[in-house]
This record gives sequence, C-alpha cells and structure tokens, in this order.
Amino acid sequence: MTSLAAYLTLSAFLFCIGLAGALTRRNAIIVLVGIELMLNAANLNFIAFWRFSENPEALTGLMFAIFSIGIAAAEAAVGLALIIAIYRHYKTANVDEANTLRG
Amino acid sequence: MTAGFVVIALLTIAAGVAAMSLRHLIHCSLALVAAFIGLAAAYLHLGAQFVGFAQVLVYVGAVSILVVFAILLTRGGEDRSERLFSGSWVAGIATAVAVLGVLVWAVSRSAAVRREVSEPAEVTVRQIGDLLMTRFVLPLEVIGLLLTAALIGAVIIAMHEREGRK
Repeated sequence: MTSLAAYLTLSAFLFCIGLAGALTRRNAIIVLVGIELMLNAANLNFIAFWRFSENPEALTGLMFAIFSIGIAAAEAAVGLALIIAIYRHYKTANVDEANTLRG
Repeated sequence: MTAGFVVIALLTIAAGVAAMSLRHLIHCSLALVAAFIGLAAAYLHLGAQFVGFAQVLVYVGAVSILVVFAILLTRGGEDRSERLFSGSWVAGIATAVAVLGVLVWAVSRSAAVRREVSEPAEVTVRQIGDLLMTRFVLPLEVIGLLLTAALIGAVIIAMHEREGRK
C-alpha cells in the first residue's frame, strides 16, 4: 500500500508547481490556473489524511474535500469573470500591464 | 509504493509542469485537464470514489471549459511573440523551490506519516448523502447560497459596462 508520505509529497510538488506558475506567468488566466492547481493539491491532502486517519468512518476529510471542490468552482467562475472585465477595460489579460494603481 | 501510484504521480506532475510552462494557452488548458484527471485517479486510488467522480464532473468538465471560454474571450492564444514570464520570475521560482523544500522536509520529519493504520471500510454514496443531510446540512445550505451569489456576481462583473457609467 502506498504510504501517506508519498501522497503528501505528490501534493507538495503540485502545490509548488502551481505556486511557481502563479508567481511567474504574465497571463492572468494562467495565474488562475496555477491557483486551481494549488487548491487541488490541498484537496489531495484532505483525502490522504482522511484515508490514513484513525477514524475514517466519520468521513470528515472527505466532506471537507467535497465542500472545497464546490467553493473552488465558485472561485473559478468569479475569477474568470474578473479577468474578462479587466480585459474589456485594459484590452490586455497580462497582470503586469493592469497597473493603474501603481505608486 | 505501488506501480499505479508512480504512474499517477508522474502523469499529474508532468501535466502540471506543462500547464504552467507551455506557450500556447489552449495547450495549457489541455495539460490542466490531464492534471485534473491524474488527481481524480489519485482520489480513486485512495478509495474516495465519490470525490474522484465529483472531481471529473466539476474540474474536467466545468472548470476547464470555463478556462477555455476565458482564453478565447480574451484572445490570449493569439500573441505568440510576447514574453511568457513576468520580470520577477527568478524570485517566483526561488520562492516556489523554497516552499517545496520546507514542505518535503516537514513531511519527511513528521511523526504522523509513520503511524500504522488499518484498512478502512468501503464508503458508499448513501453514507455521504446521509451525512450531508444530517451532520453537514448547514455547510451544504451555506455552499448553496455561496454558489448562487457567485453565479449572480460573475454575471454582473462580466456584463458590458453601461454607457452612462463611463
């Protein structure tokens, strides 16, 4: 059986890939995709901890992951709507060109 | 560590790297779909069938289609000559590598990962539904409210700016 540490390491790799993408890419959509990857890595942690917990019959980690997926869907919809609004206003989807508030 | 897990992990990590590094945005979203499918396979491997199929429905089905819509609406796939990464990409990569180092160090040193656990019983959808209607009924209602608010908010944000407000 695969150990808990293997799942946690996979989740850490996914989180850091998403973090690197969110911090370095210029296009706002890919930044949002990176954030989605980070959220999914957290979900994998919930499921892995639930599976290897002492009381898996309570299903707490599983329920947390289900609610987390629902919230991530709402976040994706609002985030992409914001990107479309920014694109309509600035005619660009690059995060470093929408800098009106820059001091 | 089983062979199935190794295949799933390599597929998911490779697809994640591709989603973050490819130039064409449509290819990025396709790699994102592959990463989501890999994660759904990992959930199935962990015995969480319901969450695995919910992942396929919500992420592979809905979120990726939403991303493709946003890419096409912002015409992001057209500019091929532009720079791909922001000016501070060295600091971003360094931050990500530092976070990865801390996480892997913490996982390898943790006492929780060495605990022996028994094989848990199979989880049925009936159990999940029972819990959603009893113990977790308040979060269920709250998330329904949140999704409604997000739906209305997304439509209002993405609506055309009216002439009078400019």
